[in-house]
Amino acid sequence: MSAAVADTKNASTLLEVENLAVEFDTYGGTVQAVRGVNFTVQAGKTLAIVGESGCGKSVTVQSMMGLIPMPPGRITAGSARLRGQEILGRTLVDGREIRGSQIGMIFQDPMTSLNPTMTIGKQIAEPLQVHRGYSAKKAFARAIELLEMSKIPEAAKRASQYPFEFSGGMLQRAMIAMAISCKPSILIADEPTTALDVTIQAQILDLLQDLQKETGMAIVLITHDLGVVARMADEVAVMYAGKIVEHGSVDDVFYRSAHPYTLGLKLAMPNNDPSRQHTLQPIEGSPPDLFSPPLGCGYCARCPYAMQLCCSKHPQEFVMSGAHYSRCWLHHAAALSKPEELYFSATQGDQ
Amino acid sequence: MADLLEVNELTRFFDMGNGELCHAVDKISLSIAEKEIVGLVGESGSGKSTFGKTVLGLHSKTSGTVKFRGETLPQQYRPADFQRLAGKMQMIFQDPYSSLNPRMTVGEIVAEGIRLHPQLNSAGIKERVAEWLVKVGLQADHMSRYPHEFSGGQRQRIGIARALILAPEFVVCDEPISALDVSVQAQVVNLLGELKESMGLTLLFIAHDLSMVRYVSDRMAVMYLGSLVEIGKADELYFDPKHPYTEVLIGSNPEPDPEFERSRPSTAIRGEIPSPVNVPAGCRFASRCEKVMDVCRQVTPPLLQLKDLDRQVACHLYR
Repeated sequence: MSAAVADTKNASTLLEVENLAVEFDTYGGTVQAVRGVNFTVQAGKTLAIVGESGCGKSVTVQSMMGLIPMPPGRITAGSARLRGQEILGRTLVDGREIRGSQIGMIFQDPMTSLNPTMTIGKQIAEPLQVHRGYSAKKAFARAIELLEMSKIPEAAKRASQYPFEFSGGMLQRAMIAMAISCKPSILIADEPTTALDVTIQAQILDLLQDLQKETGMAIVLITHDLGVVARMADEVAVMYAGKIVEHGSVDDVFYRSAHPYTLGLKLAMPNNDPSRQHTLQPIEGSPPDLFSPPLGCGYCARCPYAMQLCCSKHPQEFVMSGAHYSRCWLHHAAALSKPEELYFSATQGDQ
Repeated sequence: MADLLEVNELTRFFDMGNGELCHAVDKISLSIAEKEIVGLVGESGSGKSTFGKTVLGLHSKTSGTVKFRGETLPQQYRPADFQRLAGKMQMIFQDPYSSLNPRMTVGEIVAEGIRLHPQLNSAGIKERVAEWLVKVGLQADHMSRYPHEFSGGQRQRIGIARALILAPEFVVCDEPISALDVSVQAQVVNLLGELKESMGLTLLFIAHDLSMVRYVSDRMAVMYLGSLVEIGKADELYFDPKHPYTEVLIGSNPEPDPEFERSRPSTAIRGEIPSPVNVPAGCRFASRCEKVMDVCRQVTPPLLQLKDLDRQVACHLYR
């Protein structure tokens, strides 16, 4: 186990993911979608997993929920423990006591994630009947309360409507109501606002924060939008090419970025600070092919600071302070160049 | 600077049947100067794309006029009009996955425009296509490949090459970066910027990413439910919004700055954008506005110039 994980491990640790690796068999070969991911989720806190499409962020959480289709998918290594209990590799039936009950999940596209032939109320009631053994009537009454909690006006009337009668924002609220119906200790939100307008996004993010305050659940937020991360997260994990390249508190990652990819993402986005005008610096190239992932750091082909070593040997976690670490060889004591833009810890070196 | 494009009270209604009219674009007036980039923002369903398409003649106009270099463009385009105007006005589409014909090679897709404007022989066309592929950051030998062999960012570059190969003067970019990853967005935006400089393009940049629109545009226009609510210099409008809707929209835009996000109050707005079918009289934003007055529900506020600011706002608060 890495030092960073050990440091943060304490009573409030809900979920501990260690060295998770997931592969998919395709006609083109085997894709190594997730290549050894470690993180922990603390009770009542929000962890944001950031990264671009194809970096493995969704696969990471889907494998915890048992949503990876196997075959072609395969969890090749690692463990995920919810309060010390292993949750990986459960079968469909066996996984039910976790999925939807202890961990709730909401998906990116509310239009296609709900059943078009069932009323919203019945869909929200279903997990209560399955996991809590409620009667249909009692579950439906609770569904109306949950819709009210998700701030849907006229909840009683809305509960007997079908998904097509809801707008995108309303559907996302309904999905949140469904996900929190069994009072999960963790809510996984996979790009919950990507399909929504900024105004509706703000409403949904507010709702998630309010519900977190009320119920004390932890949130794992998957997103590619650094603005949403800044707004919601306590902790951030930046993923690239199937690995977490930087991890730390939201302030660490934003103000003391220690990995060139994190820095690259920040420079590629327009900054709305009127005192500072910068031109956008795109990250040239595209992410590596995970059919045959690079030997060394996944980012080395696009990294402006890449050294010879980077392309041949994978960097370990270099700890900056506490839970803040970066997987980048520039933090090695022997690295000659220390670019000014990057954050370097005062106690540098191989730990 | 002379105005390249003058849009006057442009209106586009869609007949929904049962006597219902969808007011997609309702009396929008907007001038775009030569070599200017105007950013158009608004929620989905506010009519941004319909406006862009109606300006280019992809939708016929219900009423109103569009003048291009002083010439009034036809109400409804005939094939000959498209043929004539395609060399001057072009469009880059949102979705690089569905806007390229999967059965055509990249060479055929990019060359289609110049093939229909036959000043060049086939060798000349090929040369021009190769030149453009290089200009947008691809390789000349990509010509014989099919769209599915490219990533989203590369496809968007193909879309840009297709639109710009006829050397148009005015280009509507309809959400050209929304489908792309952050790191690739910057590549495409910078490419558009370079081409704009070298070709002297005038752009109408439609997007819902407010930070990106502010970064790209000279002026910024905000649409709500088919009407223009505010227009002004991009930076001024972003940092000092006047219309209550613009304020809400910009307040909802999350900034990549944790301290800033913690320090500002939530500005989430109540409700959702209403249906544009049979819009009632008065200000369209009245039903969601925090500062609503009685007059707002009866009289539609016109877009008026503010006194001491280069800004036009359609709101009764500023009359």
